[in-house]
Amino acid sequence: MKTTENKISENPTKGIKISGAEAVIRCLLAEGVDLIYGYPGGAIMPIYDELYKFQEELQHVLTRHEQGATHAAQGFARTSGKVGVAMATSGPGATNLVTGIADAQIDSTPMVCITGQVGSHLLGSDAFQETDIIGISTPVTKWNCQITKASEIPSVMAKAFYIARSGRPGPVLIDITKDAQFDTFDFSYEKCTGIRSYKPVPEIDPAAIAEAAEAINNAKKPFIIWGQGVILGNAEQEFKDFVEKSGIPAAWTILGLSALPTAHPLNVGMVGMHGNYGPNMLTNECDLLIAIGMRFDDRVTGDLSTYAKQAKVIHFEIDPSEINKNVKADIPVMGSCKDSLATILSLIRKNTHEKWISRFDDFMKIEVEKVIDKDLNPTKEGLTMGEAIMAINKHTKGDAVIVTDVGQHQMVACRYAEFVRSKSNVTSGGLGTMGFALPAALGAKMGAPEREVVAVIGDGGYQMTIQELGTIFQTQTAVKIVVLNNDFLGMVRQWQQLFFEKRYASTEMVNPNFVAIAKGYNLEAKKVDKREDLDAAVAEMIASEKPYFLEICVEKEANVFPMIPTGASVSEIRLN
Amino acid sequence: MKNNNTYTISIYSENNVGLLNRISAIFLKRHINIESFSTSLSEIKNVFRFVIVVELEEEKVKKLIQQIEKQVDVIKAYYHTDEETIFQESALFKVKSSSLFEERHIQNVIKDSHANIVVVTPEFFVIEKTGFREETEKLRKDLAPFGLLQFVRSGRISVTKSKMGISDILNTFKKDN
Ligand SMILES: Cc1ncc(C[n+]2csc(CCOP(=O)(O)OP(=O)(O)O)c2C)c(N)n1
Repeated sequence: MKTTENKISENPTKGIKISGAEAVIRCLLAEGVDLIYGYPGGAIMPIYDELYKFQEELQHVLTRHEQGATHAAQGFARTSGKVGVAMATSGPGATNLVTGIADAQIDSTPMVCITGQVGSHLLGSDAFQETDIIGISTPVTKWNCQITKASEIPSVMAKAFYIARSGRPGPVLIDITKDAQFDTFDFSYEKCTGIRSYKPVPEIDPAAIAEAAEAINNAKKPFIIWGQGVILGNAEQEFKDFVEKSGIPAAWTILGLSALPTAHPLNVGMVGMHGNYGPNMLTNECDLLIAIGMRFDDRVTGDLSTYAKQAKVIHFEIDPSEINKNVKADIPVMGSCKDSLATILSLIRKNTHEKWISRFDDFMKIEVEKVIDKDLNPTKEGLTMGEAIMAINKHTKGDAVIVTDVGQHQMVACRYAEFVRSKSNVTSGGLGTMGFALPAALGAKMGAPEREVVAVIGDGGYQMTIQELGTIFQTQTAVKIVVLNNDFLGMVRQWQQLFFEKRYASTEMVNPNFVAIAKGYNLEAKKVDKREDLDAAVAEMIASEKPYFLEICVEKEANVFPMIPTGASVSEIRLN
Repeated sequence: MKNNNTYTISIYSENNVGLLNRISAIFLKRHINIESFSTSLSEIKNVFRFVIVVELEEEKVKKLIQQIEKQVDVIKAYYHTDEETIFQESALFKVKSSSLFEERHIQNVIKDSHANIVVVTPEFFVIEKTGFREETEKLRKDLAPFGLLQFVRSGRISVTKSKMGISDILNTFKKDN
């Protein structure tokens, strides 16, 4: 029980005269926010001053770079299902947020960013640290707004949270001039429940549901591809019921991963560039493609002109702009998939598609022989990334949150990591942002403190946000950090090997002593490079209750297969 | 450039600072050129209307409309062909006054084009013409020999032959809340 004078925040809707800066804090509290990430500076100092006063109710985590604040907020949002909040000063503070905002936009992550801005009388004067962050962030935000009067703060903040979390979630940026932070006004807060120009969730059309159900009941070779929409819509149970009753094999996009347990008999693996052999090949053989909460990204579809041309397409989607954007939907089913899947369940016949599913098994046998066996039971001396992931699976019992960066390790982790629970795979999918994982893992652990969080990062991407080790140490957040070190920008090197005749232009790195760096940040740290030491090292890391760094040296020039070369068809997937 | 057609996009929106930027960013991101652009109040209080003309394939216009409608502050967006709309542009022509008095032919040009003289001063006079692009364009060519001091043409403004139904959309919102 708190006895400080700040207790009035428990009744934040009461009309009282307060500063704009205090109003920002009270709005955050009214929205249920108790944790934010950020970095101070001149134009946002009044808000930081209020943060100081409210530190018992609202924890602020000082990241070591504003980009880290956005990725941490994203990680937090992805595991907690809540809105992540990041804060920064004007000018360079604000521009440093842009990568994370763009990442949240393309991966539909609910996030509210608050930036300070120069005083309103200085707007447009090229004042110190003035930058047009509204203009800069417009194409990468779901909504943004500049506040120049304190009295606008409550309604704009309420709108910001409503927009960030409703419908298809996304990032919102609020830019607040310094005078608006200082000015006082009569505060009262009302949550936003609707905006007349904005319809977050389209209504379900019973005719579309009926048409989809009929197509499902009549299909001989139906195939489901699900995406993050299932997770964002909290529709995991409805989805599982739908898959089990229909008996249809289901594959995931990397952002859909973990919505259905890895071991589920109808989970046939990953689609896309480095996805599994069967799901990619059979995309071009199914008679009905059921897309659920996914957006047919080009990394999933490959060449569109040869993508699933033989199939009828049902598209369950909350965002009308995704319908027919890349793949024409014969039967669009608009609405939240939680509702539409629940509705369609009673209309579909219980079925099994044994013969059709055995086709996936056949392809899996080939993939095991040609790819997976080599990854997991290598005959070469060097460790493989696959072995490292399997060791993590073993010691976390497949129940960790796996946070990955971008590159080969990301694809390998997504291919081999095992999951039993949803919201367990945190990665930068749409934007492919190197540097995402370390700060995102910090946020992911704070969003789900009871869970084991393991960050799997390449030696390249790790060095893009390595300074967040400082934040991890300061907050003593027990994330487990695994760097799979191949001394290369591995994924780019792989492309150079396969498509640029091994001209390794600027992809080899002379790396620092990563263990010494982690130790410099006072973290427990270890390095392994021998197969016989791997298991014990991973066990020790998982057993630790503190943040822990483990460098695993892997084969330098290994490649990730299967692979669909850019622009090729999903059925031209290569196994070597 | 296959199957390009002229489409008029009508957007009904809130009047928010920044929305113009947000809408133009949608065109920019897709490398689509805007042929003409105008904005004004609409028939509904506090609702703004953008009229944007593009030359595109219909498939692309459809996707553009979906992206525009996705914006939080946009109430509704439509696209129409020329046949489905009634549209006009306005042009203003500033000409030396001496031409009006010294060159008799210019008076015929003005009369034949059904243009209006809106201002006459000792130095210059201003002609206004509202109509189709070909009409304002013809007038521009006809007046050119007399020396145009200034010429400006507005973006297309257009209304549709069919009903827009924006009030209905706004009413459903009121009912839902
Ligand atoms: C910020 C950023 N810059 C560049 C890239 C392009 N890129 C994609 S993967 C990759 C290599 C990643 O190397 P590393 O982090 O060592 O991981 P590995 O592929 O070796 O597992 C690069 C440079 C990117 N995705 N993000």
